[in-house]
Amino acid sequence: MSFLVGVTLLLVLQLIGEVTVRLLAWPVPGPVLGMILLFVFLLARKGVSESLATASSGLLAHLSLLFVPAGVGVMVHGDRLMAEWLPVVAVLLVTTVLTMLVTAAVMMLATRWLVPGYRTEEKDHE
Amino acid sequence: MNEPDLADIWVYLAASPLLGLTMTLLAYLAAFRIYQRAGGSPLLNPVLVAMALIILVLLVSGIPYQDYFEGAQFVHFLLGPATVALAVPLYEQLSRLRQLWLPVSLAIVSGVVFAAVSSILLARVLGATSQTQLSLAPKSATAPVAMGISDAIGGLPSLTAVLVVVTGIVGAVLGTRLFQWFGIRDDSVKGIAMGVAAHGIGTARAFQVSKQMGAFSGLAMALSAFATAMLVPWIVDWIEGVL
Repeated sequence: MSFLVGVTLLLVLQLIGEVTVRLLAWPVPGPVLGMILLFVFLLARKGVSESLATASSGLLAHLSLLFVPAGVGVMVHGDRLMAEWLPVVAVLLVTTVLTMLVTAAVMMLATRWLVPGYRTEEKDHE
Repeated sequence: MNEPDLADIWVYLAASPLLGLTMTLLAYLAAFRIYQRAGGSPLLNPVLVAMALIILVLLVSGIPYQDYFEGAQFVHFLLGPATVALAVPLYEQLSRLRQLWLPVSLAIVSGVVFAAVSSILLARVLGATSQTQLSLAPKSATAPVAMGISDAIGGLPSLTAVLVVVTGIVGAVLGTRLFQWFGIRDDSVKGIAMGVAAHGIGTARAFQVSKQMGAFSGLAMALSAFATAMLVPWIVDWIEGVL
């Protein structure tokens, strides 16, 4: 029963998100707004209920499963990918790696400069 | 009594959502088992292996992707509530987030701008068609956002969906090793970088490393979805105008 309550809350917030972005013609997807709404809800409620914890950990435990159906769509684009494999593969590899490094570098430098008191937890001491 | 006709059963299965849905779960469970047996090697990413298994079955049996998706859409649908659910681990990191909101925001905006500009420019230099360049531009954002933006800027949403998934796999496979090479140890930094570059698939990988890395990756994924939706159409206009 409690799982059901949690899932219903998630769906209701997604629904509010979807309807709001359509009414206001925002370029943001409904579920992303739903997530923000849930975050605000948790701030106001000051805690995560057991039903919500059960539902969210159930969904998030196998998050990667949810990407499989879209990924299989690669077979529809076989011809285009065959013709343009070099730029596509290069962009996917190079820019993804560089994006991670750029983001991490900005995060580290900005933390050092803007939050001087923040201590990073170093888990492995080499 | 008539003998049950195998061809009739096949006609039923090929038209019913049951087959696509069951196939997706079976392939993922098999891929996950393989991943665990191999000691969690990132190269055997469960999404990648599950995709390969399903594509193989579809090609051999001649079932078109559209028919497969009739069933698989029930799994695909759960991306929505799962995205909403990401607020929970994020809330659990509230005290850290209070301290770090400014560096986090700066890192996310830089990452989103860099991802879009570098993707379009590199694709253009290497001779990709304009439609492929535009389909690549939002590839680091989570699938539903990226598809919407791709459509708005003149890319192909279904191609973008695939590029998004492969981007996520690249990030999940290379990310942890990359952070090791560069001596990046803070879980909040690793999480933000993973979430910006590799959205939900990177976030799934981040949760395997630690709850904190997963929470920050989920946060970065959500905020970069916002930033991508706001900035990428404008970046595309700017690049078209300047170059």
